[in-house]
Amino acid sequence: MDVLQLLVSGLANGCVYGLVALGFVLIYKATEAVNFAQGDFMMLGAFVTLGLVNPEYAGLPFWVALPLVFVIMGAIGYAIDATILRVVFGQSQTAIIILTIAMGFVIRFIVGAIWGHEPQSLQSPLAFGDIRLAGVVLRTVDLAVIVVTLLLTLLLWQFFRKTKVGLAMQASSQNQMAAYYMGIPVKRVQGMVWALAGIVAAVAGILYASKGALEPNAGFIGIKAFAAAVIGGFGSLPGALLGGLIVGVIEPFAGRYLPPGYSQIAPYALLILVLVFRPHGLFAQVRTKKV
Amino acid sequence: MRFHFKTSYDTDIDLFPDWGKRGLYLALLALAAGLPFLINDFYLGEATNVLIWAVAGLGLMLLTGQTGQVSLGHSAFMALGCYTCVLLMEAGAPFVVAFVLAGLITGVVGAAIAVPALRLHGVYLAIATLALAILADDLIVLLAPWTGGVNGKYAPAVTILGLQFNRWSNPAAWYWLALVVVVLVTWAYRNILRTPLGRSFAAVRDSEISAQAMGVDVARTKTMAFGLSCAITGLGGALMGLFSEVFNNETFGFLISIQLVMMIVVGGLGFIHGAFLGAIVISFLPQLLSIVTDTLGRGVAIPGLESAVFGGLLILFILFEPMGLYGRWLKIRVWLELFPFARKDMFRRQKSYLKTERLR
Amino acid sequence: MSLLDIRDVTLKFGGVTAVNALSLSVEEGQVFALVGPNGAGKSTVFNLISRFYTPFGGSIRFDGTDLLALPSHRVPSLGIARTFQNIELFHQATVLQNLLVGRHRHRRAGMVENILFTPRVREEERAHRAAVEEVIDFLDLQPYRDQRIAGLPYGVRKVVELGRALASKPRLLLLDEPASGLSVEETQNMRWWIDDIRRQMGITVLMVEHDMGLVAKVCDRVLALDGGRMIAIGTPAEVQSHPDVIAAYLGTGAISKTADAKGARR
Repeated sequence: MDVLQLLVSGLANGCVYGLVALGFVLIYKATEAVNFAQGDFMMLGAFVTLGLVNPEYAGLPFWVALPLVFVIMGAIGYAIDATILRVVFGQSQTAIIILTIAMGFVIRFIVGAIWGHEPQSLQSPLAFGDIRLAGVVLRTVDLAVIVVTLLLTLLLWQFFRKTKVGLAMQASSQNQMAAYYMGIPVKRVQGMVWALAGIVAAVAGILYASKGALEPNAGFIGIKAFAAAVIGGFGSLPGALLGGLIVGVIEPFAGRYLPPGYSQIAPYALLILVLVFRPHGLFAQVRTKKV
Repeated sequence: MRFHFKTSYDTDIDLFPDWGKRGLYLALLALAAGLPFLINDFYLGEATNVLIWAVAGLGLMLLTGQTGQVSLGHSAFMALGCYTCVLLMEAGAPFVVAFVLAGLITGVVGAAIAVPALRLHGVYLAIATLALAILADDLIVLLAPWTGGVNGKYAPAVTILGLQFNRWSNPAAWYWLALVVVVLVTWAYRNILRTPLGRSFAAVRDSEISAQAMGVDVARTKTMAFGLSCAITGLGGALMGLFSEVFNNETFGFLISIQLVMMIVVGGLGFIHGAFLGAIVISFLPQLLSIVTDTLGRGVAIPGLESAVFGGLLILFILFEPMGLYGRWLKIRVWLELFPFARKDMFRRQKSYLKTERLR
Repeated sequence: MSLLDIRDVTLKFGGVTAVNALSLSVEEGQVFALVGPNGAGKSTVFNLISRFYTPFGGSIRFDGTDLLALPSHRVPSLGIARTFQNIELFHQATVLQNLLVGRHRHRRAGMVENILFTPRVREEERAHRAAVEEVIDFLDLQPYRDQRIAGLPYGVRKVVELGRALASKPRLLLLDEPASGLSVEETQNMRWWIDDIRRQMGITVLMVEHDMGLVAKVCDRVLALDGGRMIAIGTPAEVQSHPDVIAAYLGTGAISKTADAKGARR
């Protein structure tokens, strides 16, 4: 059962893409800024974890390090919003796109300077061998990635529905001005969205690093995640996740059934097809500007 | 401070408002033309590089600076221009014909791609064009029989009317070739700006809805802007490939398009001068950094340093000088003209309100 | 035949009927006003004429030409120019460049000619420049000619937008709230300009305006809208004293369900 194997590993990859895309869309919905550095955030989160957990660095137990990672990544997200994004608030989207791309370059350099450019592997509790099931070999880490992603999605969903902060984020993403007049501290809420995106990136990074080797260029998978976000439709969080899964699943199947060289094109070809035929993504409705 | 006393409409229509300005740019052109007699061959090669980047940058500037459409995929069009030009030359076309045709073909392909792409706004366009750049990289590998794939291609010798252009034996000739292309492209760019064509680009950039209400066909205008932009960038790509003599898919990787975008922002978005200043920065930054790392005693190059410094520079510019180097120069010039009467708050940025691009 | 003839036009956004079976005709040389409370559908009528929206039924004809058969960017070439409620200028460009965009419909040279700047392009540019200069003189915009929109005060921007519309030498001018946000003097100027636009330039004007004082002074004919439906038409005085109009503005008495809802909200 080749297909099942491909499907599971594809879904696991897709979960990482989906989580990066989620962070991307989260920030876009709440602040209209486009964080092209979200992939590098993910890579940074993975390296921060590696630096805390791996024996050659700090060597902390994984479950002690985890909350620390979240705090660090949340703080980095918040700080970036407070020091950089707030200054350019109101500038054109182009400026912000370019700004965040530049941020990605800087993050990649800093990570390379601290942890080096050699591929490393994270001592992750998620990776504990393979299981054989009726002749099919499945990596437990792939299954674990899928489970963790599901749990995180559920958690986020509850967060947006139930908590005060989550509701404030929703409100300010729908109508900033109205939210401001209702007494929601929009700026602080935006900072918190960035912090949340940092934490989601950290989770994605840990999952990514559990699956294989990690190096500073890992952030480039962000590009596939952007593709995923667009395929899913930019305005919707579930859409982003679903887009990630689609991209993740397409890759291994294209690699298996298409001639070599075509598999890496597949996600982008799909992206362009979606943009041509459904310019606003598979799961979004089109609206026009009012004059 | 000078005042222009306009005596005819031609003052506004001409390339230069007065003889002072005209003289200044003629002097600059003379200096540029005489450069081979002033500097050594190494720096002449770098100067040629600056001019080539400036051509590619002007192409993107037309799209991003003038029409307000961001493209992260212009490396694809540089590649297209380069491969088209080289393949045509290999098929026996003289250089000039191949070069012009390469620009035209890149422009037409760019316009064709623009038709679906122009329905996209901001982020969508950025991601779509980024995907295009990555696809181009892979396509070059897939089309190995024509493109040479990862092994690359050797550029054929450039000859115009029997005159050989070789960057090693005759660097000055190559430099002048690039200079002629730059001057022609700049002249065409200025013409676009001072005619209805350029004004319709600006109209689309600033307000699509009222451009439409003034009779500007927004879709057509964007297609034209995309096509023209791609044509110019294609010319830049052709020069770049020919100048580097050997090139493959990585010569035109997607990071090149990002460098191109960063270059025009650092230079000054929306200004012709910006493309040139950005090209100077992008060409000399590696030299500068290697000098710095050498003096600091680190013999080995630090990977990623170049792009990180460039990225950092870019962040600083967007935060503190969104108009780029040229914008800074304009302020310095006004300060000098008014000295000592310039006030500190004169250049305070206009308070901008969020002009939402999200359609809701 | 009327210059502008709108018949039985209906437009819905989702469940909301923005314009409901509206008919109106504007005669050549008239100054015609649309009035009504916020959300009555006045700007929507403009957007229908500009072809930003396509109505569900009915017809819109301009001097016999069916506007509904044209795409939005072809409408100005017939001689219809407009302004916007929330100024939509090209804010990175100078006043002069903005006004020159108004000349867009009169350009003849193609793309390649533009790039090469042929003598014909220069001739055209001179003509555009001359036409724009007339508008600058008319609206007293000389001090601002080379200034960028981004640095101009609100009142001046409003005038520039009027100028941009005039630069296209239209036959029908659509003014969306020309006096909103203007000071008393600026409103006074606007009034004289509208008078001159009609008398000297012979341009027909259709405007949306809340300032009933201005409407009463410059308009021949007024149509009151509420909930997308016509509730009164006539001279300014007739419309102002029409009981349904008073009810729509003040919310006393019920005319229709929508009007009632509007009234309750105000």
